[in-house]
Amino acid sequence: MANSAAAAHDDHNPTGWKRWVYSTNHKDIGSMYLIFAVMAGIIGGAMSVFIRAELQMPGDQFLDGNFHFFNVVVTGHGLIMVFFMVMPAVIGGFGNWIVPLMIGAPDMAFPRMNNISFWLLPPALGLLVISIFVEGPAGANGVGGGWTIYPPLSSTVGQPGMAVDFAILSLHLAGASSILGAINFITTIFNMRAPGMTMHKMPLFVWSVLVTAFLLLLSLPVLAGAITMLLTDRNFGTNFFIPEGGGDPLLFQHLFWFFGHPEVYIMILPGFGIISQIISTFSRKPVFGYLGMAYAMVAIGGVGFIVWAHHMYTVGMNVDTRAYFLGATLVIAVPTGVKIFSWIATMWGGSIEFKAPMIWALGFIFLFTVGGVTGVVLANGGLDVILHDTYYVVGHFHYVLSLGAVFAIFAGIYYWFGKMTGYNYSETLAKLHFTVTFIGVNMVFFPMHFLGLAGMPRRIPDYPDAFAGFNAIASYGSYISAFGVLIFLFTVLHAFMRGEKAADNPWGEGATTLEWTLSSPPPFHQFNELPVVK
Amino acid sequence: MADAHAKKHDYHLVDPSPWPALASLSAFITAIGAVMFMHEKGYAVFTIGMILLLYTAFVWWRDVVKEGEHQGHHTPVVQLGLRYGMLLFIASEVMFFVAWFWAYFNAAFFPTEAIGSVWPPQGIEVFDPWHLPLVNTLILLTSGTTVTWAHHALQHGDRKGLIQGLTLTVILGLVFSIVQGYEYSHAAFGFQDGIYASTFYMATGFHGFHVIVGTIFLLVCLIRAMKGHFTTTHHFGFEAAAWYWHFVDVVWLFLFVAIYWWGSA
Ligand code: HEM
Ligand SMILES: [Cu+2]
Repeated sequence: MANSAAAAHDDHNPTGWKRWVYSTNHKDIGSMYLIFAVMAGIIGGAMSVFIRAELQMPGDQFLDGNFHFFNVVVTGHGLIMVFFMVMPAVIGGFGNWIVPLMIGAPDMAFPRMNNISFWLLPPALGLLVISIFVEGPAGANGVGGGWTIYPPLSSTVGQPGMAVDFAILSLHLAGASSILGAINFITTIFNMRAPGMTMHKMPLFVWSVLVTAFLLLLSLPVLAGAITMLLTDRNFGTNFFIPEGGGDPLLFQHLFWFFGHPEVYIMILPGFGIISQIISTFSRKPVFGYLGMAYAMVAIGGVGFIVWAHHMYTVGMNVDTRAYFLGATLVIAVPTGVKIFSWIATMWGGSIEFKAPMIWALGFIFLFTVGGVTGVVLANGGLDVILHDTYYVVGHFHYVLSLGAVFAIFAGIYYWFGKMTGYNYSETLAKLHFTVTFIGVNMVFFPMHFLGLAGMPRRIPDYPDAFAGFNAIASYGSYISAFGVLIFLFTVLHAFMRGEKAADNPWGEGATTLEWTLSSPPPFHQFNELPVVK
Repeated sequence: MADAHAKKHDYHLVDPSPWPALASLSAFITAIGAVMFMHEKGYAVFTIGMILLLYTAFVWWRDVVKEGEHQGHHTPVVQLGLRYGMLLFIASEVMFFVAWFWAYFNAAFFPTEAIGSVWPPQGIEVFDPWHLPLVNTLILLTSGTTVTWAHHALQHGDRKGLIQGLTLTVILGLVFSIVQGYEYSHAAFGFQDGIYASTFYMATGFHGFHVIVGTIFLLVCLIRAMKGHFTTTHHFGFEAAAWYWHFVDVVWLFLFVAIYWWGSA
């Protein structure tokens, strides 16, 4: 009975477009997430190249006096990269693909809900794209004002048109997608671990997704509340952020950053997990201090909820409040340090193999550390009063994101490429991709620290001649990075065209997690008989 | 070997379904319609989107009921998963209300000059907590006990008790909403009258919306109970509705204490 039901079940799997649109399969949904993330990344990347092209020289290059358009591109770049590139890639993409495989589960806990988590994203991105083409401020199109959409810039005083409303609803949909996804991941990890797979045996990537899911679950609803207030302030006459009615614009910043700071860890924690797997695999050693690594992530997630106002040192909070947020922020550097030193200790004495994923992971450790160190600088409230809203901050968060999270994504893509597609990529191309990207992104973002220290403000399309040199270097760097993206796309295309079959476990004895016990790619439904973990 | 594909575990591998994609499409239409509505471009698109969305919700949950009630897919481990899912969903809802309470306390603890530096603001005539709000508190608390009565009846196989308890709960839920509507229509301050009105109406309004959703959820359980669904040991749909109802109840207690009572002094 059970057997025939299962056989009939298999026959029901639709093919063609229905396989994707109706999907309840974690691997198919994960693939859609990854493809979506790459496409969004190309759009967001094109926007960043436009920004750098405009900033390549002092003066107005392409804007024709429409400086609002520059703000629209900056805003769109930020929102797209955060909500439609990094998050779908690390959580929706790798999380969906790899978490069930690693814990020995046949699928996610709620396979149908999993699909709406994905399918809410194209409409969300669609709404954001629509916002670019409808009126924002009187007489100009699109949302300017940054991904943080602070009022009053985002209120009807600043931008009465439809654009901000479209952007707000875009965030509502993206947020709903992530909350549902978070519920799915937590339930899967708590309820569907294979026999013997105790919490303290779970691979660190699974731990990282678990912590990330909790951050999403608890922080996104607060953002939803904040942007709903913004929406009703704009359209229905409430006064949450309007001083004339007794409201408080700073309330928005508090609510936003109560979400926003956990959000930055949402973007990096899965990357931590990916890097741990890769470092261990290619050093042929178990991760150093496994429990410490797991609980460091729990600590980062927990403390991440009580540091938000380090984004608000300049708004006039009293000195005791600033001192508290300074201290709490510095505390995060401790578990972060635990992670970095444990990665290094994992490599120590290992027989290291420099395959492409490992090289990306090494790049990650180095560059993420630079970003962490500038973060500790910014955490000092007194200093941040000078550096806030300068390019120093832009340098900081791009070192942790573009050179941290994005390096982790590429590391993960190469690490699991064979597992996911069944084909081998070319090591040579992947290493070329790394080299070009490494040079490019460092050229873009390293000079930004100097520009920020010299006082160049962020989100402004023009600057004094004194800043020309470093800006030119940054712009050339962005063209090199864009070329790196082309190499990446070619590497993927090349792997598919060459069609060299990937082994079930191409990485040898260092790769000990369950996904390597399956075929490449795994069967449509894996683990029909649950694996038993010793 | 012939059945290498046979599934030897108790998890539910859900069949492919059109509803998630359709729901997303409806959400897209609804969002566009909402922006059009807010910018005085009519509510036709919004209405179409909402109808589609409600339809999708209906057929989706109908499928869940079928799978659980008739097809036997909800094994004990699947039920445990559903429990986790519902608890986590409620946790996220709690954080949503945190945002509104945050807005409220931000305004109440630090009243600005624009409202006379006092709370409640100058010129705002607030409700007497010991009139209708107290009545509503008692109504909701009573509904919490009637739903527990229904639960115990269900566990003892007493379908009549289940139906009676649920019917009472649904009625109490409806009465609460009606009283709340009556209160709104007799308020001394309008929706747009400053920060007090904003926090009051949005916090109690979102709570009221949750009451309506919870009432519908319980009503669905009532209909299912009358159709003979649920057994003494397998009735997670009912339990989820009860949990949700208790959550709505607790939020009200916080609203009552913080906004109606403390905020009126
Ligand atoms: C040791 C850890 C870290 C510390 C102490 C830290 C500290 C800070 C501080 C104080 C700011 C505010 C600067 C300002 O606006 O004046 C900031 C901004 C930012 N950080 Fe970090 N940070 C850390 C790690 C990270 C990580 C891991 C990420 C993301 C992966 C991240 C992403 C960001 C972003 C996106 C901003 C800018 C937000 C904006 O204004 O648009 N940070 N960081
Ligand atoms: Cu932060």
